[in-house]
Parts: sequence; C-alpha cells; structure tokens
Amino acid sequence: MTDLRATALIARRELGAWLRSPGGWLIAAVMLLVDGLLFNAYAVGSGAKLSTQVLQDFFYFTAGTTMIASVLLSMRLIAEERQAGTLPLLMSAPVSEGAVVGGKFISALIVLSALTLATLYMPALIFLNGKVSLGHIAGGYLGLLLLGATTLAIGTLGSVLGRTQLVAGVLSSAMITTLLLCWILARVSDSPLKEILRAMALFDAHFKPFQRGLLRLSDVVFFLSVAWLALIAATRALRRERWGG
Amino acid sequence: MITVRGVQKYYGAHPAVRGVDFQIKAGECVGLLGLNGAGKSTTLMMLACLLRPTAGTITIHGVSANERPQEIRGLIGYLAETPPLYGDMTVRAYLTFAGGLRGMTAGHIELRVRAVAKSCDLARVLDVQISSLSHGFRQRIGIAQAILHEPALLILDEPTQGLDPVQIVEVRRLIRSLRGDHTILLSTHILSEIEAVCDRILVLHEGRLAAQGTEAELVMRHGATGGGMELEVRASESELREALATLETTLGVQIQVTVREVAGDVLRVHVGAAGELRAAVSRAVVEAGHDLLAMRRTQSGLEAMFQNLGAAADPLGAQDAGDEVPS
Repeated sequence: MTDLRATALIARRELGAWLRSPGGWLIAAVMLLVDGLLFNAYAVGSGAKLSTQVLQDFFYFTAGTTMIASVLLSMRLIAEERQAGTLPLLMSAPVSEGAVVGGKFISALIVLSALTLATLYMPALIFLNGKVSLGHIAGGYLGLLLLGATTLAIGTLGSVLGRTQLVAGVLSSAMITTLLLCWILARVSDSPLKEILRAMALFDAHFKPFQRGLLRLSDVVFFLSVAWLALIAATRALRRERWGG
Repeated sequence: MITVRGVQKYYGAHPAVRGVDFQIKAGECVGLLGLNGAGKSTTLMMLACLLRPTAGTITIHGVSANERPQEIRGLIGYLAETPPLYGDMTVRAYLTFAGGLRGMTAGHIELRVRAVAKSCDLARVLDVQISSLSHGFRQRIGIAQAILHEPALLILDEPTQGLDPVQIVEVRRLIRSLRGDHTILLSTHILSEIEAVCDRILVLHEGRLAAQGTEAELVMRHGATGGGMELEVRASESELREALATLETTLGVQIQVTVREVAGDVLRVHVGAAGELRAAVSRAVVEAGHDLLAMRRTQSGLEAMFQNLGAAADPLGAQDAGDEVPS
C-alpha cells in the first residue's frame, strides 16, 4: 500500500474520531471561548487603540490559545492509541511509520486550522469601527497556521515519546516552552550561542513579524523546518519502538 | 512454512526469550503453551514484526522478518491480547479501516467484510458501535480483522482471555473453523484450549522451548506421573483393590486407591496411577465382574505434563530445547 493512501486513510479515521469525540468539541469550545474573552477584554476593551494595534493584540492572544490547543490536540495522537491498546493494529499492518505519523499530524492540523479559522469573526469585527488591511489579516493567519503546525508537530513527537497522554502533554509543553523562552536565554548568553538561541525563539523571533502583518520567507522556512524535523524525529522514534531500527 | 531459528529477545538485561527454534507447516494449528511470563506474547510479537528479535531469524514463506518486516506484516493477521478496537467506530467501519490498512481495494474489502461477518457471526452487529458490544463480540471482531485479508499466518494471543464459558466455546469453534484455510499459531496458558483446537503444541518455559509435539507425544514423554482418575464402581473396597492389584503385577505400575464416598453398594474412589491407564483400569474392573458406572480423568495428560515441566524447570528445558525440529 502506498504511503500516501495509508496517510489519507489514517487521517480520515482520525478526523472521524475527532468529530465523534466530546473531547475534540470541548477543546474547540474552550479555545474559542478563551480567545473571544481575551479579544473582548484586552484587544478591544482596554481603551482607545489603533485598529492595527487591536489586530496585533488579537494575533498575540490567538497565538497563545493556538499553542495550547496544539498541545491538547496532539498529546493524544499516538499516546492514546498506546493506552487504549489499538496501536498494534497500525503497527502490525504493512504501513510505514511515516504514514502513521503523517496521517495523525494531518488530521490534527485540519482540526486546528478549522479552529483557527473559526476566529475570523473577531478581526472582522474590527471593520465595524475601524479599518485594517486584508494583507495584515492574511499574514497574521498564515503565521498562526505555521505556528500551529509547528507546535502540533512537536506535540506529535511528544505523543510518540510519552507512554501516556499526560506524559506526552508534559513533554510537548516542555519542548515548546523551551523554544518560546530561547530569547531570554539569548540575553544571558555569549556569541555565537546568543545568535543561535535568538534565531530559535519560536514566538519572539519568528511569529512577531506575522503579528505585525509582515511576511518573511526566513520565518516561513523556520516554521516549516522545525515542523519537518519534529515529524522526522517522531517517525524515527516510532520506528525504533516498532522494530528497533 | 514458518521457521524460527535461535530467536532471543532481551529487554535491557532481562531475557524474555532465550533462544527458540521451531517450524510450523502450512495449514497447521499450533498452540504456544506456557505460564504467565514464559515469553509467549513476546514470541508472537516478534513473529508479527512488532518486536525485533535481539538475535536469531524468523522466516515466513521464505521472507526474512529481519530483512523485509513490512512484507511479513502483509502476510500476517495478528490479534493482540487485548483486541485493538476503536470503540467509537461501527464494526463495519472498523473492518473497512483494517482492510484499508492492509492495502485491500474497496470492492475486495466489501466482499471480505461480508464473508468474515458471516464466519465470525458478526452480521447482525455490523452497523453497531463497537463500544456498546460485549466482550465476546469484541474478541470476534478482533479475530475478524485478523483474518480479513486472508493472511498466510494467523497469530492469536490468548484469544479466549476474559471470556465467559459460552463465549469461550464460540471462539474455539470459530478458531477450529479457520483451520486449514490459515496456518494458526495461538498462545494460551489454558490447557483445555490447546487440547480443544491445536494439532501440535510448543511449550515455552522461562523463555525457552521446553518441549514440542502433539498432545499424545508430549504426554508420553513428559506426562508420565501425576495422572489420575475418579471411578464409580459397584463393588466393595477390597474387591476393587484386588481387581486393580492385578494391574500392578502385569503392568509394573503403582496404583493408589483412595475411597472418596460409599453410597450403598456404589463406591466412589480416586485412582492415582502413573501414565495413561484408563483403558487398563476399566478392563480390570469389568473383567473382575464389577459394574463400572463412571470414569473421569481428574487431571489431563497435558496438565500432568505441564506440572512436570514447571517442576523440572531448567533441566527439562535444556534437555528438550535440543529436540529435533520436525521438517
């Protein structure tokens, strides 16, 4: 069976499971509720602001809820199969580890993207009393999707490494937090480590430009590279667990 | 043909399987028998390419598991100790998904789902959500997913574990019906299971193959002591002892008679004897002019053999690990 077909099959099953599980809907509801509250309380409700600033604040808060949702969505991907005893079905079938990891990741990415896009009504509200550029909105959302994909990929790795969903969640959060705090470490480090750490700062170095509506190729490449590396590591870790290779 | 040569598996420094050799011919139904922790599940997982052996080789239909595990996975149907079921799916959706994972086409899956639903008696629950089904149904769904793609080798790890007596009978009947169409390797620690469904037995003890052969062969080799039977005879105790004493002389065995109950002229006794003496005992009783009303084995030959293997521990394992592998 081709890897592509297996990936699509696994992604489709996983999407069905999201739709049927109350957990998926709960994560969606909580994320949208928290995002709406933050938008209302801080982005639009904290005194007079320029519309651009409101949009930037929205992307700032939504980046946070997106990362949290990523961890919650990804921690179950493999760890839940392991806990429920369903992993042998996938592992004893002639499908590659890449197809399993890919299928799981894609399903979670589709869910996260749908969730992220469901927040579009908030930037749209800005048009009631102000004006922002559509490019800024599009750029910001591209940044959110890239940030979400990257943190999901890291979460997928955590889910392969963690024996339980809880351990997977803790591992993923630790990896993401480390990447978020790289800018603080950069401040207390010397060159060349300082530059390396600064370049690795997930949010500070690479999301903030999107937040301001700037689209830089280097940021896109950074997010895609980290996501790719995390998925490769997840595939290798699963292969090692399955066949020690 | 399945060939396993010198297979070992270590978890860190702990040896789970310490060098196992055996062969299984196409169409055979072989039971892997052993106490908990004997290495049964580890051996099956290595055969299913879910664990890589630390040493040794596994070849299925000429394909080496070490070199081409993915190809081997396509040849195998595997039921883990806990059936790998998604509770949120219907039986049909689950089997369709399992078929897709095995690379079957949509048309073929539809045909096979219908066929396995019939053979596993799942037709009436095909559109029912798995989470609402009983343990017996779940076990049968697990078997259905394992045979869906018509695998060359069917591996069943403790297929009747946790089932009630009625469900056990159903699952055994199902496994028996699969014999011939599939080569079957099943593990269990329940002796009656092996007796009920298997052609040949592999006995694992502390990670080693302690013995292998048919039930009769194993009982002959290792079940020589500890057999017993319960009789109901219309005779007095002394008459019965006299009748059985002739056997001690003619067969050169020691027979212990323990009276359990006397009900009128009927005597219920336990006869402890070495080896398989049921035919000889019944003849001796009848030829002495007594009515033999009932005879029941109190311990099967396999049970006796298993106790002997357990008690003998390593010496037996060392002796029989070198048994000639049947070709």
